[in-house]
Amino acid sequence: MPADLGFHPKEHYGLVSAHPYRLLPFRFMRWQTGEVLVVNDVGEHLFLDASSFDAFVRHRLDSGSDTYLDCKAKHLLADSDSTVPIDLLATKYRTKKSFLEGFTKLHLFVVTLRCDHSCHYCQVSRVTEDRERFDMSRETAERAVNLMFRSPARDLKVEFQGGEPLLNFQLIRYLVNYANECNTQEGRRLEFVIATNLSPLTDEMLVFMREHSIFISTSLDGPEAVHNANRPRRGNDSYEITLRNIGRAREALGHDRVSAIMTTTERSLLHPREIIDEYVRQDFDSIFLRPISPYGFAIRTRKAWEYGAQEFIEFYKAALDHVINLNRNGVAFMEVYAQILLRRMLTPFPTGYMDLQSPAGAGVGVVAYNYDGDVYASDEARMLAEMGDFSFRLGNVHEQTYEEIFGGSVLQALQEASCVEALPGCSECAFVPYCGADPIFHWATQGDPVGNRPTSAFCTKNMALLKHLFGLLHSGDAFIEKLFLQWATSQDLPHRLAS
Amino acid sequence: MTEKLSAETSLRGYAGVLTTQKLPYGLVPAELCPVIHCVKSLNHLADRDVVALNPNGYVRTLFRVASEHNVLFATDRCNSFCLMCSQPPRDVDDSDRLSEHLRLIELIDPRTREMGITGGEPTLLKDGLIHIVRKCKEFLPQTAIHILSNGRLFYYGSYAHNLAEVGHTDLMVGIPLYADTDHEHDYIVQSRGAFDETMVGFQNLGRHGVAVEVRVVTHRLTVHRLENLAEFIYRNLPFAAHVAFMGLETVGFAVPNIETLWVDPWDYRHELEQATRYLADRGMHVSIYNHQLCTLPVSIWTYSRMSISDWKNEYLPICSACTARERCGGFFSSSIRARHSEHIGPFEVLPA
Ligand code: SF4
Ligand code: SF4
Repeated sequence: MPADLGFHPKEHYGLVSAHPYRLLPFRFMRWQTGEVLVVNDVGEHLFLDASSFDAFVRHRLDSGSDTYLDCKAKHLLADSDSTVPIDLLATKYRTKKSFLEGFTKLHLFVVTLRCDHSCHYCQVSRVTEDRERFDMSRETAERAVNLMFRSPARDLKVEFQGGEPLLNFQLIRYLVNYANECNTQEGRRLEFVIATNLSPLTDEMLVFMREHSIFISTSLDGPEAVHNANRPRRGNDSYEITLRNIGRAREALGHDRVSAIMTTTERSLLHPREIIDEYVRQDFDSIFLRPISPYGFAIRTRKAWEYGAQEFIEFYKAALDHVINLNRNGVAFMEVYAQILLRRMLTPFPTGYMDLQSPAGAGVGVVAYNYDGDVYASDEARMLAEMGDFSFRLGNVHEQTYEEIFGGSVLQALQEASCVEALPGCSECAFVPYCGADPIFHWATQGDPVGNRPTSAFCTKNMALLKHLFGLLHSGDAFIEKLFLQWATSQDLPHRLAS
Repeated sequence: MTEKLSAETSLRGYAGVLTTQKLPYGLVPAELCPVIHCVKSLNHLADRDVVALNPNGYVRTLFRVASEHNVLFATDRCNSFCLMCSQPPRDVDDSDRLSEHLRLIELIDPRTREMGITGGEPTLLKDGLIHIVRKCKEFLPQTAIHILSNGRLFYYGSYAHNLAEVGHTDLMVGIPLYADTDHEHDYIVQSRGAFDETMVGFQNLGRHGVAVEVRVVTHRLTVHRLENLAEFIYRNLPFAAHVAFMGLETVGFAVPNIETLWVDPWDYRHELEQATRYLADRGMHVSIYNHQLCTLPVSIWTYSRMSISDWKNEYLPICSACTARERCGGFFSSSIRARHSEHIGPFEVLPA
């Protein structure tokens, strides 16, 4: 390289090796293999062997080594006074947290508490003919919709809940028309979903749903025996009815307009593979393996689920393993919880998921309007209320203003108790960028919205699943790596995920 | 432009005359229009091409209708000094060229599909570059504009903002990035602090909604961390509209620096494959330029583009036997003479 032309050698631009580097914020976790997982604030990560990690934290990495450059490129260390690494981190952080933009996007409307099922994991439905008492009125619906439009979000998602919402289809019809009418002024991107067991479905309803591009989210818990045992109904025919109606709905609305969610009960724990196979058989391309909703149960026992966290973890791993094997055999099928976590691990993009984000989605991402006009910070918050615990009631559409409901002390306290970056037990955890907080869960199970991590079923579960996914990614199995990357970067996230 | 000119030819309305003839002095009165005679050949010019005539008889072709690769050379100056610069900068005061650029834009055929703005470093024209883009928007509304810049001046958010404000709807800024850390990049572009300025520049352009392209020249100093660089791009510049890996062109500064820069493309084919796949698998738009197919793993052929400017493109004699020639990027005419891969060999049958 000719100096006479004015070129300078590399040293001219490099650091003087006496120059010590600074450590930028990072978290770490020791692995069983002796390696150390090092994670920066935006979820970029790498595995270092124990001695490299030791050298890294003691400011002794050789500036010419690839490990040094790896750490520097991931903004784990800085060796100049430049503020640019911090600026880049800040930009990435903003991107990761941009699910917060626009404030409350998901609005749940409990249009009735009545239901024809009596699922033991549901605390909120009523098997009754008493329309007056448990149905949402038109006036309540209008007021709730007006509140919804006060939210600055450009995308608004209306989800009808129950009870069984189709039992009050008149109100759904009324509310959809009213919201659409308001929206001619508002110009938001408005989407409707009905969470339903589908049993009261009529052709007339399907016509209306097609006209208004409404999505259906139904419940399918697995093969017939599991499903019917989980979802008892007079006649013990829930499975048959569900499948028949999924077929009708797909035909009328289009295949991808109908999705299903599953709930893991004690009985489900024995059938991870059969449950997956049922979803494949019914032509779904993904499943969301969810533990049972703890609320009624937790209030009585202070335990999260009817089974231990460890049992759920074993169930989940077995099911995921089966999903991976299906893919190996050419069946494209995805597990959605893994997808959410992998997206956070492998991409720079945000993943708002109400039940696992920091700060928590309650109130700022999702809100629930109960049949009687009460406003709750989430669906779980209103389930608690059905058990007599009104801690997370934000107000009532007939009594409070938008400012009072969304700017009140309940919501503020929830936010304060749900930034994992600052929670005791979480703040040092390597998984902060991938995890989230659920203050309502911790309130219900531990009597405190912050909660105690070592005894938290929520933490036990997420810690184990994140470790499991990292372990699989790091196992050297190229197929899994590729599959997980596909899941992480796939564009279609299920409807409960904002952005 | 003419082959035959006589005293009877009417020159009224012409801006100038180029002819291969030798003209007797005074045939065309100088005050009517400038004339350059004894031009060796006019075969490369066509109707609607644009040329500039210098009083010293120097004729520069500024725009060729027949070319897909028209470029406006904004300035000869640059604030970097890249080891492989193909258009070595000159420290001259050419600020007066702006009016020529603006005039050129008026003369260019509005049906032109694409035009590049390069240099030197176009942003050194400061507001002049903004004028140029604004003028392009006005006179060439259907022409895609590609600015090739080192991005350093977009460190100033207001400058990125001003460019975005023009509201050109088909504008892209291509910016080279050579490493995932500052010192390595600064060394290659021979400028301290360049990496930081460029990275902030990228962010500013992205923030203001200007489309950016990341350009990576593959050579001995960049290839060994190519996949790391791909990861860095994905994590820090996921908004980039395009990432291009470009083979080294043996011209300009690459000639004196060839020993520092040269690596046989065959020797980094795996690194290039990894980096390309890394980005493509994550949904980023990737291209490979200036590479010969026989040096690329087949799995990344689909990203290889026929890109070399029409007037610089050549093949080796053995290429004539190659079944992949139609799809192969070939060689820069400069590089074919200087140095090329030792693994060039024709495909008897096209790989599947
Ligand atoms: S909940 Fe557990 S796994 Fe999640 S960040 Fe907190 S400590 Fe880590
Ligand atoms: S032999 Fe020539 S034409 Fe064929 S791939 Fe190689 S460079 Fe291209």
